[in-house]
Amino acid sequence: MELVEAIILAVLAASTPLLIAATGELVTERSGVLNLGVEGMMIVGAACGFAGAWLTGSILVGALFGIVAGTLMSLVFALMALGLAVNQVATGLALTILGIGLSGLIGAGFVGERITPAAHLYIPGLTDIPLIGRVLFGEDGFVYFSIALIVGVWWFLYRTRAGLILRACGDNHVSAHALGYPVLRIRTFAVMFGGACAGLAGAYLPLAYTPFFIPGMTAGRGWIALALVVFASWRPGRLVVGAYLFGAVTILQLHAQGWGVGIPSQFMSALPYLATVIVLVLLSRARTGGSTAPAALGTVFVPDR
Amino acid sequence: MQLVLEKRAERSNTIALVSPLIAIGLTIVTMTILFAILGKNPLLALHAYFVAPLTDSYSLQEIAVKATPLVMIAIGLSLCYLANAWNIGAEGQFLIGAVAGSWIAVKTQGTDAGAWVLPAMLVLAAAAGALYALIPAICKVKFGASEILTSLMLVYVADLFLDYLVRGPWRDPHGFNFPTTAEFDPVATVPLLIEGGRLHLGSIIALLVVAAAAILLGRTIKGFEIRVVGAAPRAARFGGFNANQLIILTFAVSGALAGLAGIIEVAGPVGHLQPGISPGYGFTAIIVAFLGRLNPLGILIAGLFLALTFIGGEQAQIAMKIPLDVTKVFQGILLFYVLACDSLILYRFKLVFPNRQVARGTG
Repeated sequence: MELVEAIILAVLAASTPLLIAATGELVTERSGVLNLGVEGMMIVGAACGFAGAWLTGSILVGALFGIVAGTLMSLVFALMALGLAVNQVATGLALTILGIGLSGLIGAGFVGERITPAAHLYIPGLTDIPLIGRVLFGEDGFVYFSIALIVGVWWFLYRTRAGLILRACGDNHVSAHALGYPVLRIRTFAVMFGGACAGLAGAYLPLAYTPFFIPGMTAGRGWIALALVVFASWRPGRLVVGAYLFGAVTILQLHAQGWGVGIPSQFMSALPYLATVIVLVLLSRARTGGSTAPAALGTVFVPDR
Repeated sequence: MQLVLEKRAERSNTIALVSPLIAIGLTIVTMTILFAILGKNPLLALHAYFVAPLTDSYSLQEIAVKATPLVMIAIGLSLCYLANAWNIGAEGQFLIGAVAGSWIAVKTQGTDAGAWVLPAMLVLAAAAGALYALIPAICKVKFGASEILTSLMLVYVADLFLDYLVRGPWRDPHGFNFPTTAEFDPVATVPLLIEGGRLHLGSIIALLVVAAAAILLGRTIKGFEIRVVGAAPRAARFGGFNANQLIILTFAVSGALAGLAGIIEVAGPVGHLQPGISPGYGFTAIIVAFLGRLNPLGILIAGLFLALTFIGGEQAQIAMKIPLDVTKVFQGILLFYVLACDSLILYRFKLVFPNRQVARGTG
């Protein structure tokens, strides 16, 4: 039973950065913008988040550093892809390349340093309940925040007028523009939200997942988050399922390595990436009756006057 | 008063020509500021990056050696991007090519295998790279799965596979437990062009690839189809061009070139298979492709330029203790400026006065 509890806790921890980053990207893509730079924003968020926490000793300040860093990165993307109407795929790739370099530069001074990781919730009595106590009442703040975030995004997208307008921009920017909505401004906010989430997701890694910073520590999580949005058919509910499923694959392969199943560890480490490919293929195949992607996703929009 | 984009009536040829130069200029200005922030003398740093490598023969050869994989991969990628197929997994195809070619080198090690070894390695590496690139291409064409994500995921898989081989079955028994194969035999090594130098046969192959791509794009129907499918998909459909077939073709060609670049790197400058054989060639080649404006000759020049930044970055690290990551930042910023300047070929800035707009009733 102890092991089951430990595995569930580990799965939640591994899923949280995926969930936060994918939630942000979901909002961005729902507004019609494909920002492929999630990995770059995450890794800069990780470096800045660690720097913030190490300098001030506060996890919260670290998280804020991560959010600000991710937002700044996304503003560069917005300037290019929205302001200058540059191809979004190429801009996203550029953002990732830039982010990997920047994070190395920022984080170089912090490699080898350690911080106290984010504290876990403890409610006497509740947290001590066997099996479910620590899972429900003993997580770090990021885990609870990620769940509040996705619920909030669901509510925003489907229960508010602003959410409806954002989705309208994503499905048909020409109509949204004709109705008088400031498409580019709305998209800029959506891109910034995506950047903030990616930055926070990146910061989660050195602040809560492992209490130190190593270059390249996001290890493709930003790309997996992008795949999760496709997996979720751009819907918040399915995103939660997908994120926890991928977290589970990550943790199970780690445990399988520990059990010594006789399969070389590199093959087990490749599982999350292979799973992403397989899932993308299966889902895209199942969806032959028309795409569920926002209709204007990734297309350039220059308002005519 | 507000600055907005406006579509040009027709593309500006002047800007098309000068845009890479403007981009490089802006990047250098930005780097000057970055060097100053890092507390390094910007002039000395720029000298170390862009001038010092050009002053001695060893560095010049090293630039050509580094440009070889960049140009080969970027030529393949440019075909993909022209056809609007987004292969961003060239790094993985590079590694798989290196692995496949190394298989022959490892298996023939210490035998009296003849001169067929190197050609067989090159052919097998190209075939393996092409097959590896076909995975995302087929997933795209048959199932509609995003080739961007699948090709990128396969980079991690290739990286882990190589890691497994050199730590497991292919590890050099006399290598003091380092994760590497034994040094390749002379018959499994790319010959040098100058005895005792660095320049090798791979650079000639890269030049041939550039020439072949220029002929393909400029003189053949296939090249025309590739350009039309990317630039005007609707027109291409009316013309009866098969977009899916072109995705398969361009992916296979770019995978083959990346795989070939991989084995040339391993059997050439490196001399054995080990992790970290690529300082991100597959990703830097994306920048090369765009900086070269998806044009073979442009890619050759852009490849040499980015190779210069690799060598310059190493020299700046040794001479001035400037971190190697600065080179990556430099490359990322350069790609941003290239893309931004390219945008001005199709669009121009215009000042608008919002209050007048309201008067017209459109604001």
